[in-house]
Amino acid sequence: MGIRERLSGNEAAAIAMKQINPDVVAAFPITPSTEIPQYFSTFVSNGSVDTEFVAVESEHSAMSACVGAEAAGSRAMTATSANGLSFMWEMIYIASSLRLPIVMSLVNRAVSGPLNIHCDHSDAMGVRDSGWIMLFSENNQEAYDNLIMAHRIAENKDVLLPLMVCQDGFITSHSIENIELIEDDKVKEFVGTYKPEHYLLNDKEPMAIGPLDVQSYLFEHKYQQAQAMRNAKKVIADIAKDFEKMTGRKYSFFEEYKMEDAEIAVVCMNSTAGTAKTVVDDLRSKGVKAGLVKVRVFRPFPTEEIANALGNLKAVAIMDKADSLNGAGGALFEDVTSAMYVNQKQVPAVSYVYGIGGRDVTSNDIHEIYEYLQNVANTGEIDNPYRYVGLRV
Amino acid sequence: MSANIDKNTPAKDMTIGGNIYDAGNAREFKTGDWRSIKPKYISEKCTQCGLCFPVCPDDAIPVGKDGKRTDFNYDYCKGCGVCAKVCPFKAIEMVNEE
Repeated sequence: MGIRERLSGNEAAAIAMKQINPDVVAAFPITPSTEIPQYFSTFVSNGSVDTEFVAVESEHSAMSACVGAEAAGSRAMTATSANGLSFMWEMIYIASSLRLPIVMSLVNRAVSGPLNIHCDHSDAMGVRDSGWIMLFSENNQEAYDNLIMAHRIAENKDVLLPLMVCQDGFITSHSIENIELIEDDKVKEFVGTYKPEHYLLNDKEPMAIGPLDVQSYLFEHKYQQAQAMRNAKKVIADIAKDFEKMTGRKYSFFEEYKMEDAEIAVVCMNSTAGTAKTVVDDLRSKGVKAGLVKVRVFRPFPTEEIANALGNLKAVAIMDKADSLNGAGGALFEDVTSAMYVNQKQVPAVSYVYGIGGRDVTSNDIHEIYEYLQNVANTGEIDNPYRYVGLRV
Repeated sequence: MSANIDKNTPAKDMTIGGNIYDAGNAREFKTGDWRSIKPKYISEKCTQCGLCFPVCPDDAIPVGKDGKRTDFNYDYCKGCGVCAKVCPFKAIEMVNEE
């Protein structure tokens, strides 16, 4: 049986890192993820981990140090948010293209400017095409569980891609909630030892990493990355099964909440799902067939599964906590609707951008979305598919 | 070992990230075709003073065990002309690449 605790999302992430005991952690503090390396550095100081903690001078260096450490043959982790991730941008692509399974906690925050330190998903959405596996977490428990599963997914020989575990800044990272931790020895056994096939510090096999890749080769190497991302789906599912055996906690590509007979549904990610569930419960008690899909695995995107889960609805709203500023819908909206179109599921769909810069999303806001969906379901008409909630126009 | 790949190699036969599992592989990348002008060695004028080969950035002037230089290694010479500039005896002349 696990250990009952109460922790903030940042504490949960730091505890997961302590139990994983990686070889290297390189990080630079930035709100709201600062506490993760802060707590972790205390574990280093008091000797409860064997990790080499690299206190770098910037996020670009943090990711660079992780790239170097991982290429050398060690397990490397980091944490960041928003502009920290922006500053890592160059090395984010280096990490994935050199196929280095670095694991990062991304505590989601609005990318400035104007300056804002609160939660939205603009940081994560900015790197959605960078070749990182992206797992989203509703609460501290999921942030912790996703991190425990992370290395086994990222380091799988059919994958070898870096992975980020996202949780909502402040809403999750700084809220203390109940959590069930796994015993240290069980985590150690589950995560296992990192044994890379090729690594720079192997004196039996000198190697060059990241060489010049001209017109004749880069296309094929990008295809290999794309294939690795496709392979990741099965690996993520397999490891979730192992995780369920250990903890009893079941994880899929996305959580379907009261979707069996749902006629209208909302799709969202991270902490908003918690609020949306109470709204679904409320609507259900009034006889409204409402459901919710909470995306956990955003990269690789589970196209066919999402399309099937939503295919029988009368109307669906996709909520994006980042505005893509593209004159059309948000990133999740685009992915969901594209998946449905390709899989020939014709359901009236609307994009809702919400919660930018930490704007609270209340149950009333989500009620408003379901009310609109009921109207769409009844009339089949959508006056404007590109919508906002909680915004003063 | 590093595999020999070329523009016909399929993705499945290429290493991930373009990794090369072998040492000293830079030698296999012939950079001489970047050149637009090239140094011409006029051996009759050469006194073997030894000023040219230390300044070559590409180690493209072979020197024998006897300490004497021989003709240029055009596989790597990029035609920068530094050797011609330092030669006091006009034994190196820069000419257009044909």
